[in-house]
Formats: sequence, C-alpha cells, structure tokens
Amino acid sequence: MNIDYHLYEAVIGLEVHAQMLTKSKAFCADATEYGALPNTQVGPVSLGHPGTLPVHNKEAVKYAVKLGLACQCDIAAHNYYARKNYFYADLPKGYQISQHTTPICENGFIGIKLKDGTEKRIGLIRIHMEEDTGKSMHDQDVYDTLIDYNRAGTALVEMVSHPDIRTGEEAYQYLTEVRKLLRYLDICDGNMEEGSMRCDANVSVRLKGAEAFGTKVEVKNMNSIRNVQRAIDYEIKRQIEAISKGEKIYQETRTFDAMKGETLVMRTKEGASDYRYFPEPDLPPLHITPEFIDVVKEQMPALPKELFHKFTAVYGLSEYDAGVLTENKDVAAYFETVLKHTGNIKAAANWVMVQVKGYLNEQALEIKDFVLQPAKIAEIIDLIDSGKISSTVASKEVFPAMIHEHHKSALEIAEALNVLQESNSDELQKIVDEAIARFPDKVAEYKSGKTSLVGLFMGEVMKLSKGKADPKVASKLVKETLDNK
Amino acid sequence: MDISNELIDKLADLAKLEFNGEEKEHIKNDLSRILTFIDKLNEIDTNGVEPLIFMSDAVNVLREDEVKQTITKEEALQNAPKKDSDYFRVPKFLDK
Repeated sequence: MNIDYHLYEAVIGLEVHAQMLTKSKAFCADATEYGALPNTQVGPVSLGHPGTLPVHNKEAVKYAVKLGLACQCDIAAHNYYARKNYFYADLPKGYQISQHTTPICENGFIGIKLKDGTEKRIGLIRIHMEEDTGKSMHDQDVYDTLIDYNRAGTALVEMVSHPDIRTGEEAYQYLTEVRKLLRYLDICDGNMEEGSMRCDANVSVRLKGAEAFGTKVEVKNMNSIRNVQRAIDYEIKRQIEAISKGEKIYQETRTFDAMKGETLVMRTKEGASDYRYFPEPDLPPLHITPEFIDVVKEQMPALPKELFHKFTAVYGLSEYDAGVLTENKDVAAYFETVLKHTGNIKAAANWVMVQVKGYLNEQALEIKDFVLQPAKIAEIIDLIDSGKISSTVASKEVFPAMIHEHHKSALEIAEALNVLQESNSDELQKIVDEAIARFPDKVAEYKSGKTSLVGLFMGEVMKLSKGKADPKVASKLVKETLDNK
Repeated sequence: MDISNELIDKLADLAKLEFNGEEKEHIKNDLSRILTFIDKLNEIDTNGVEPLIFMSDAVNVLREDEVKQTITKEEALQNAPKKDSDYFRVPKFLDK
C-alpha cells in the first residue's frame, strides 16, 4: 500500500518534569542528594505519617519564578495547592501535592531554531510546582516490589507546552532549549538518564488543513532527548499508517523501547482518571509579590539568548561560534574570562571551542573540573600572536604540557619544551646565511628566475634551527638575502 | 438521595475498600444519609461567595532551604508491615 505521509501533519505537546536542585525537599527538610542509600533521605512528612504538616521550601518557589521569567510567563499572584488523589505504593500519602488549580506561571514560550534556520515559538500553557514520588523497583525480587522513598517529596516543576510542535526535530530542539535554560538558571541539572528531567509526549496526527485534533496517544519512558525524537518520529509514522489502513487510533499510553526503536502499548485509558482534586488545606496560600519577583529578577543570570546576542553583536563571532560557546553556561563564562586576558577574540573563541572543548570531550570532563585557568589560555594565545611559538606547536605541545603542569606559565612551558621560535633577526640571519651557503647552485637557479626555490631554503632554515625559526620572519630574511646576492 | 450499586463499587475501588453483600447495603444507607445531610447545606444560596479554603489568615509560610534529617532508615522502616534492611516491600504491581 502506498501511503502519502505528506498529506498528514502531527500535533505534539510535551510535558516536562524537572527536579529542582534545592538541597531539601519541597515540603520538608529531607535531603535530596542523588544516589544516596535507599530510604536514608526520608522523614515523617515524606513518608506520609498521620499528623505531619508540610512546610513550603522558599527556594523552590524562587526557582519556579526564575523559570517563568526566563520563559516570559505571567507569574500568578495568588497560589494555592491541590491534592491529586490516587492510590499507588510510591505515593505514601495517597495524594500528590500539586498546583492543579493555580499554576505559578502561565503563557510564555520557548524559542527554537531548526536545522534549516527556521525559527519558531513553542507556547507554554503553564508551569506549576508539585512534588515527586518515590521509586519502585519491580525486578529486584520475585514476589515483592521494593520501594525507595528518597525521591518522594522532591520539588518538581512541570512545564506543559501548547500542542505547537509538529515534528520530532521540533521536539528535540524544544527539549534542548528547555534543558539549556534549566542549566543556565541552575535550577535543575537536566539529566534525562538519571531522571532529573523527564518528558512525556502527547502525539496525534490529522490531515493537513483539518481543524479537529486526532486521537492523542501519550508516549513515556524516553531517557534522552534523542530518544524523544525517535519515539515521536516512530509514533507519527505508526499513526499515519494505521489511519491510512482505516484503523482506529486508541487513546492510550505507550512506552518507548529504545533498543527496538518502537512504541508499545503500556495501558489503555478507559475514561478519564478520577483524581478527585481538592484544595490542600495544610499549606497556607502563597502570595507572590512584585517585590519578590524583583528580588528573583536581580538574581537572574544572563540567559543563553542574551549571551548569543552579545557574542555575535559585541564580539563579532559567527552565529555558529556563538552557538557552540553558549551551549553551556560554564563554557560561555570560561570564554569570557579568557577575553579578560587577551584582546584576540577570534583566537580565544577557537581555543575554547577546539582545544579546550576537545580535551574535555576526550576526557569526559566538565569545564568546571578543567585544571587550566582561562588566563593560561590567553598566555598561549599571546605567545602565538607575538610570534614566539607557532600555533601548531601551541596546540600539539604547549597545551598538553600545560595541562600536566598547570601552575606554570605558557612561556615557562615553551622554554622547557625548547619550542620558542627564533624571531631575533640577527640570530636568524646567521642561520639563513648558512642555509643559503649550502646550495650555491640553487642560488644561481633562483637568480635566474626560479623563485619557488625559496621553499627549499626555508626547509633548510627550519632544519638548522630545529624548527624554532619563526617562519614569517625567516621567509622574509631568506627572500631579502637571496635578492641581495 | 439514591445511591446506585455502581457508585458504591466505584467509590470502593477508588478507596481500595471491599464491601460484600450485607456491608454494601449498610454503606449505601450510611452514604445516603450523609448526602441527604449535605443536601441540606445546598439550600443556602452561595452565589458570589468565594469558597473558604483556609481556616487561618496565614500566607507565605515558607522555610529556608536547609537539610535536617530527622529520622534514620531503621526508624523509617520500623512501622512498615513488610520490609527488608533497606526497602519497603509491597505486593508486585505494575503501571499506574
């Protein structure tokens, strides 16, 4: 059967849960450190013991407002929480505390840029605060499910997008931007493998131009941004093929199998779940004042978009370079610190993008763990610019040696490696004279018009100087000397 | 108010309770009486009255983001009907 996929378009909305990097939980003072031994970061509140009362973490509110401001959202002045009731073993209270009725942020958007250069805004319906559940392990024991409540009660925000997304690539770019923002704001580490950032995708397809939405399917369990894209691409294809064959799309939850690259039915949704929401009476209302918002605004770091603009408009970098350098807040900060020590912006950008990032990738390190201070990179650039070392020597020899002896200056390292170029004309002249004296016949050929022989003399100069002659100065001297013969 | 068997079954399912024949009749009666009582409240016109959610005037009761571990793992597990040295144990279940 021939299916024309282009007749259809997909309608995709994403829900992102992000674990806040607060030290303690949303409603009690248990620790939230990742990887702790099971059930060591729990307390009477997070275990849902009767008679306990939740108290809201101020920092968690700040983080949610930060995110809202970064996404141009409206911040709600009056907030209260609701109880979302359901029965499940990872939820000891029997309800999740969630801002069901009054999300702290509404509207706003995430700007994305696609590979072909198209820019698009993905609208946000809401960002609300809630708490995480415990972790269930079904495969550790034959008879029982094991529960670790360390995660129960950890502060979360949920970001719900409008169904503005049309392709897997758009979803990929959206999540990349969201993660970048969370990391810039320092409110979530955005690690999908460890589950500190999670994404559910609502996917439906319809004929292009149709007004009504198709039946939507929820896809879960994607542990990387790439896998969200794969799952969505698979799901779009599956739905189009089913519709083309006259089959019905069922409203269901599917899980993504990353090995097979397929989505599989997890459960069907017969009627809406009955969560019996009602206002949480144990948490007094939360009023966000303009003064509170001002305090948060003052603490906002420069956002990726602002830095991108600065890097292109002020530093004159290409969009590509600015993109690479602003991907990560710490890399951008490192680059800007290098600039405090050197005026050569282009070289600084190249060194950070190529040598520094290359080394970090190779060693699987974060830039915050990099031993070389930004000033050292500026020292290398200065040595190159002043003709003391060649850029090849700088990246192949000086840079690796500096990583091993990071307290030494670039000049000290270059001296120790004996790679400083000879750019002293008097010294070089002697070498040039010697090189030329070795080939009297070639000098004659040069004089008769074979100027390409400069290369041969240069080679000899480099050999005699053991590679330390500054090529620019040497080549000038060689030509001058030959021409004056 | 009339309470159907379906409603009782649904509520029982949501509350994870089980009622057999006689108990079901009993709970039907109780629930019916409770709802009749609540219906009495519906006689009052509450148009334009904001629901009262909070009994006190307190707002913005917030704490600083500080860790304070109040109990040990052993204490956490102490009251669990089934446990091992590290985990709470519950019957196997899948999916929400």
